[in-house]
Amino acid sequence: MTSDSSKPVEIRGLTKHYGDIVAVDHVNLTVERGDVYGYLGPNGAGKTTSLRMMLGLISPTAGCVRLFGRDPTASVSALEGVAGFVEAPRFYPYLSGRRNMEMLAAFDGNGAGSRVDAALETVELTDRAGDRVGGYSHGMRQRLGIAAALVREPKLLLLDEPATGLDPAGMRDMRRLVRRLADGGMTVVLSSHLMNEVEELCNRVAIVRSGAIVYEGEIADLKRTAVATYRLRTTDDVLALSVCERHPGLREVRAEAGEIRFSAGEDAVADLSRGLVETGALIRAVAPETATLEDLFFSLTEGPANGSGEPQALAVTAPA
Amino acid sequence: MNPNAMTVYRWELRKLRFQKRTYLGLGAAVAVPIIFVVATSLQSGGPEDVAFGRYIHKSGLAIPLVLLLFGAVWLFPLITALVAGDIIASEDHNGTLKTILTRSLERGQIFRGKAWAAASYAVAAILLSGTVAVVAGCLASGFNPLTTLSGTRVSAMSALGLVAASLGVYLLPTLAIVCIGLLLSAATRNSAAAIVGTLMISLLIQLIGILPGLGGVQPYLLSTQFNAWEGLLRSPADWVPVIRSVWVCALYGLPALGAAYLVFVRRDVAGG
Repeated sequence: MTSDSSKPVEIRGLTKHYGDIVAVDHVNLTVERGDVYGYLGPNGAGKTTSLRMMLGLISPTAGCVRLFGRDPTASVSALEGVAGFVEAPRFYPYLSGRRNMEMLAAFDGNGAGSRVDAALETVELTDRAGDRVGGYSHGMRQRLGIAAALVREPKLLLLDEPATGLDPAGMRDMRRLVRRLADGGMTVVLSSHLMNEVEELCNRVAIVRSGAIVYEGEIADLKRTAVATYRLRTTDDVLALSVCERHPGLREVRAEAGEIRFSAGEDAVADLSRGLVETGALIRAVAPETATLEDLFFSLTEGPANGSGEPQALAVTAPA
Repeated sequence: MNPNAMTVYRWELRKLRFQKRTYLGLGAAVAVPIIFVVATSLQSGGPEDVAFGRYIHKSGLAIPLVLLLFGAVWLFPLITALVAGDIIASEDHNGTLKTILTRSLERGQIFRGKAWAAASYAVAAILLSGTVAVVAGCLASGFNPLTTLSGTRVSAMSALGLVAASLGVYLLPTLAIVCIGLLLSAATRNSAAAIVGTLMISLLIQLIGILPGLGGVQPYLLSTQFNAWEGLLRSPADWVPVIRSVWVCALYGLPALGAAYLVFVRRDVAGG
């Protein structure tokens, strides 16, 4: 039985070494019930290794994983209520999709066999269920992977880059499916290097770089930490420029194409508006060029590491 | 119903039904006795230098016994290795190990199911080959009394019982080969390496047996245990080689099986 009070995923100090290579470096994260949690990082950042440890496929060098309070490396019973796949889902190519599903349902027990048809229906594979998996496209195998997870009636779904390798329509369908499952109350952990996928689906993210987490929390919070670029037009741009240049919290102030541009946090912008009014340069328009998750991702995963593991203020050059 | 090792065993047998290698091995187990009977039927003599070789035209029940002797060289070790060497390594090849290890079965249950399936296949192949050899032999040479290694004649029915018992004793080294195949399958994670490796180990042990000056170890070689059934074909039956076969095969098989189990349950599944 899963403990109602336990969180779907709690990871503390999770570390995996392969010889001198540190694949996962002291990862801490918590996934709350109902989260659609993005585990975001470039290729080779340790996402899949972390997911393998979550599913008990590999043992950590140090640290621990708890799924609903239970250790998946100690017993497969920790996976009760948990399903998913790492990398591409794989099946026996010489068996049909349905027979693969029946086998996995038999390995699940708990009446999973009676859910095979519904799971195939959910992923729209009923018509091809009798065909050998060896003849399936990549997208069909991905969907069969979801179906194989659904027969377990999971409360927590762990998916490793589920849209990778799919064509645009397949990616759209996969995201719709994940969204539908999440809307049904399922907690989802989704590893990805596709920013738009995570931004579209997830409410919380962990961003990993070289095995270590460089940010964990709400996407909205992450965006608030970014120092976005603003465009400002006033009734007196000359006066406003001089106010902006003197105003604390504003950086990279410049006049450009009939506008004033600067970088600042939201609080500094609020303060600036008062300063402009007091000097008589009234605001016609102030427009933030909000950083996308992609901007933030590159800021966190490229360039020198800060090594703190804490959220930091991010200087983001937003697209014009 | 909760899944257990028997669930894995049943599904492993079903999976074997859909794999070509299954029929390759079983086909060889059926074809070789038939080819042997046809070939010897076209000749007046027989393989005089092996036990029961001179009797193959007098009693069809000599045929399975001669086949057991020939089959020990590579045929039955190869048929055994075809599945035992593949049954774990193919999961690595297909990338399906992660698929089955994330369901509701402990690794030990999966290993036991696979080990039983590999052993069942080997037993089925030996029994199938023996049955075909008896039927084909009797069709060619008749269901006649058989002369034992002690020179006494036993009735056809008694000889049939002795052939069945011989097949049973023959299973002991076969099962030891299964264990070695499982170990190589788990350790190498490569079907071809495990199958060839299992066969090579079997041949290597036979080579040790013919090296000069190593006669003392001969009774304790795995290859020698393939001849232990000959003790049953004496009057009275010589149980010494049969009993020795039990513990010698256990000494080869059980450590290999234990090592295979430990490799399987402890390994990181980082590929696939």
